Amino acid sequence: MNIPIEYYLILSGFMFLVGVAGVLTRRNAIIVFMSIELMLNSANLSLVTFSSYMGNSTGQLFVFFVMTVAAAEAAVGLAIILAMFRNKLTLNIDDINILKW
Amino acid sequence: MSLQLILFILFGTISAISSVLMITRTNALISALFLILNFAGLSGLYLTLNAQFIAVTQVIVYAGAIMVLFLFVIMLLKPEHEKYFSHQPKLKIFAFFIAFIVFIQLVFMIFVSHPSQGNNANVAASVKAGTIEEIGKQLYTNYVLPFEAAGYLLLAATIGAIVLAKKKFE
Repeated sequence: MNIPIEYYLILSGFMFLVGVAGVLTRRNAIIVFMSIELMLNSANLSLVTFSSYMGNSTGQLFVFFVMTVAAAEAAVGLAIILAMFRNKLTLNIDDINILKW
Repeated sequence: MSLQLILFILFGTISAISSVLMITRTNALISALFLILNFAGLSGLYLTLNAQFIAVTQVIVYAGAIMVLFLFVIMLLKPEHEKYFSHQPKLKIFAFFIAFIVFIQLVFMIFVSHPSQGNNANVAASVKAGTIEEIGKQLYTNYVLPFEAAGYLLLAATIGAIVLAKKKFE
């Protein structure tokens, strides 16, 4: 525990914002989805950092549940992408705007 | 320079660089491989934080299960290159600008608030918090209801994925 907690938090913030930039700039639905996974993981890094520096395991339990939700999200999201590709034959999220008013 | 700092720099650099490479590659398959590298680096970072259980789970669940699912779907669908997609360079510049501004704000806030001050880092407590014994004990006593709910969530996700992927919706 001899390195400052700030280093981990800044790395976590950097990865989160890389994920945000990925969601905003990429047009491929799968890459947008992977950027969301990156954002979830950077939040996990913050939780584990605080948990470890406080000597309390609650943060790591939260990470466990976040991983569960991420697995469920990946399964359902990829099924949606698959169904979308079957109907429209594209992965471009600009072409899939049936919910846009 | 302590070993923890060296390992932090090594794994942190791997994670940061592979995350940037992930969002800049045009091929979705190469992006997915960089994301796996990023998860491996994160797993190393968790080990430097004494979180053994989370480090192993990161490799098994994320790199082993979720990313294999991603690679499977990418290979199942046609690997089309994104350069044929419409792209708006103005939106791209705006997005990177916003992300940069928020990052500067975040760094400023982290350094102003001094999270490590008043935090007597106790290595023994930290090592104990990361063991599978402690996490398992918490999971089956204080957090048994969320644990069961997570099981139902996974069941619902499995059924939902099968229903969505099975038939065409009109």
